[in-house]
Amino acid sequence: MQPKPTALKILDVVSIIVLAISTYLALFFAPTELVMGQVQRVFYFHIGTAWVGLLGFVLAAVSGVIYLVTKDMKWDRFEVAAVEVSTMFFFLTIVLGSIWARPAWNTWWTWDPRLTTAAVTELIYIAYFMLRQGIDDPEKRARFGAVYTLLGGISAPITFMVIRLFRSIHPVVVGAANANQDKLSMTGDMKIAFFFALFAFTIIFIDLIWHRVRLSGLEEKVEQLKLKVSM
Amino acid sequence: MDTIPDTSSYMTAGFIVTFVTMGIYVLSLYIRNQNLKRDVDTLESLQAEKPKSKK
Repeated sequence: MQPKPTALKILDVVSIIVLAISTYLALFFAPTELVMGQVQRVFYFHIGTAWVGLLGFVLAAVSGVIYLVTKDMKWDRFEVAAVEVSTMFFFLTIVLGSIWARPAWNTWWTWDPRLTTAAVTELIYIAYFMLRQGIDDPEKRARFGAVYTLLGGISAPITFMVIRLFRSIHPVVVGAANANQDKLSMTGDMKIAFFFALFAFTIIFIDLIWHRVRLSGLEEKVEQLKLKVSM
Repeated sequence: MDTIPDTSSYMTAGFIVTFVTMGIYVLSLYIRNQNLKRDVDTLESLQAEKPKSKK
């Protein structure tokens, strides 16, 4: 196992710092929203986790395509890392949305198009790990995983676009398609907290992906050693 | 509606869930990393012993 690179150590520290700053901005810097009250503060993390969640699913699909073309296992390692980290972040997105929905919509959950597509997307990527667990041959596992993430990747843009295409109670944060849609309006300080949360979660996402890729490298080494020992 | 609704308990729950989930994930990465390192050490020592046992 190669020692932890200095850049990764620096990224670990930067991740903790940006998370702390983002939490401060969300909790204390941003003003209290007049209609929803304090619960609106989870919105900054809700959007931050949603952004990296969907980004990771798209990146996994892209790395799946690159793996299918090059057959280089490093792309399989990246794909697994992207899916795992994004599944964790997207789980948070759904939970934070549900916590926000309780006082805002008077329910924890409703089968709205956005919530439904988000839940389906999360289940697709949980099933991805079940699929991989069931295949012993590393190359076959990587090939099946690549095709799966390529097909699963379609769910990410669908989840993003669904509130712009169908009638939904979920507010549109970026680019409302028409004037009838419920659009969030933010003050200057809210925008600072919002954009910093996007930046912070992107840094944390890169840091966790890097750690997970290194872990996959170790898993591969263990598999190879097991084969050698058993021969 | 003039007064801001008190939804601070939901906000607290949201931030706790975020930090606990991220903490559990980082811990799982650390534990898996330690277990795999131990596996590598064990397998490497087994591999080193293998030619000796064949003789």
